Amino acid sequence: MSDDKTLAERLRERGVSRRGFMKFCAATASMMALPPMMIPRIAAALEQASRPSVIWLSFQECTGCTESLTRSHAPTIEGLIFDHISLDYHHTLQAAAGDAAEHAREAAMEENRGKYLLVVDGSIPLKDDGIYSTIAGMTNLAMLKEVAAGAAAVISVGTCAAFGGLPKADPNPTGAAAVSEIITDKPIVNVSGCPPIPTVITGVLVHYLTFGRLPELDSLNRPKVFFGQTIHDRCYRRPFYERGQFADTFDDEGARKGWCLFKLGCKGPVTYNACATAKWNDGTSFPIESGHGCIGCSEPNFWDKGAFYQPLSSGIWGTPSALAAAAAAGAAIGLGSAALARNRQEKACKENDA
Amino acid sequence: MNSVQSIPVRVEGIKDEPYRTNNVGPILLQIEQALQDLQRNGTESIIDLGAMPFSARDEQELRARLGDGEVSATVEAFGPTLVQETTYPGVWLVEHQDADSRRLTLHIEVARVPSILMTSEADLADSLAALRRDNLSISDAPT
Repeated sequence: MSDDKTLAERLRERGVSRRGFMKFCAATASMMALPPMMIPRIAAALEQASRPSVIWLSFQECTGCTESLTRSHAPTIEGLIFDHISLDYHHTLQAAAGDAAEHAREAAMEENRGKYLLVVDGSIPLKDDGIYSTIAGMTNLAMLKEVAAGAAAVISVGTCAAFGGLPKADPNPTGAAAVSEIITDKPIVNVSGCPPIPTVITGVLVHYLTFGRLPELDSLNRPKVFFGQTIHDRCYRRPFYERGQFADTFDDEGARKGWCLFKLGCKGPVTYNACATAKWNDGTSFPIESGHGCIGCSEPNFWDKGAFYQPLSSGIWGTPSALAAAAAAGAAIGLGSAALARNRQEKACKENDA
Repeated sequence: MNSVQSIPVRVEGIKDEPYRTNNVGPILLQIEQALQDLQRNGTESIIDLGAMPFSARDEQELRARLGDGEVSATVEAFGPTLVQETTYPGVWLVEHQDADSRRLTLHIEVARVPSILMTSEADLADSLAALRRDNLSISDAPT
């Protein structure tokens, strides 16, 4: 349950000094792409930030989103933020079970009505009155509506909650839907990804703690600060794309030399996320750095957009606007590569037609 | 085969191939402006090198251009912070690292003293209280 300690007090209790706290604020500002001169303001706001109540509901999901957030081995920014919130209900992490767990949820809702944050991971089955997923005898649909009614805002964590994800994949046997298809009268932030990047989840929480409101969002309700650029925009292999150097197979010379994975199906040019900068596994790497193209997991319906290994130019992903954006981005640095991409696209389209 | 390191695979390519983003020049001009602001108005500035495309080669080039000045310091707080004055007094490189010594941020701070080195007001108050308490315990101890 909530208490009166501020984040600064909690950090000091854990042996984080004032300088450590300032450093934490500097790293937070950098993570959220805020100007460094905002660091004192972040520090002042976080010093006074009370502990928000968070109710986390897990519906049709694989627990990968929770794993993403909790699998940190060293004291990290996301770990400290996660420790600061009052996580009053979370199936996977809470010690209580059965009635005791549901009572904890009800008590948190009552005590913090209108103020608590609702985090949802997983999609919600709507078919046959939502009977395909229930918790404590309640359908996911009923629980979502009940908890969302008293929430200040909803954070949809992961592509399942944000856009329906894997459960919604064709033929969608449970009638899976995204949170935003059901809750229409609350501010909703979509932190998509399968799973989402931990720093992105906590970045949204930090923004809320710092400014008392949700961050600026894109057209799909994702925080612009993390989803404002494509994977391709910040990819370290992009110079190869500009030069027209591509791996054709996973074991050819191009693959060994780390060339662009576009022809092997990389969806980086049309996928908005921060993987190329925030990275994974405590900053070790991201999929492209490990030799595999981006599968576009933070975009709606990515499961149903054709094979992961088909190039964008030949598949359903290649909407005219998205490909135009990719070509324009390429043209900004090297017109030749954009033309090359267009040629490949036209060639692939012809092949498809044939 | 007990570890990943024992697998004889080597990735070649861009990571081994130095490239530049041509952002060093603009940053040097930004530092010049910041230094002028500090000298004329006392306005301090911080430039976050992680906020823009900036390669390892760029960083090497920038460090070479700025050089090492007289002061260097390490702060141990929630992981190390490396502070290095450049050959231009008032221009500092400040690198925050986490507890595993992985870089969190790399800042250029244009200030008389980098903020991480300053003692905060809250720490001063705590410091005085702690010293008074310790002095009291010394004076109370049997001689």
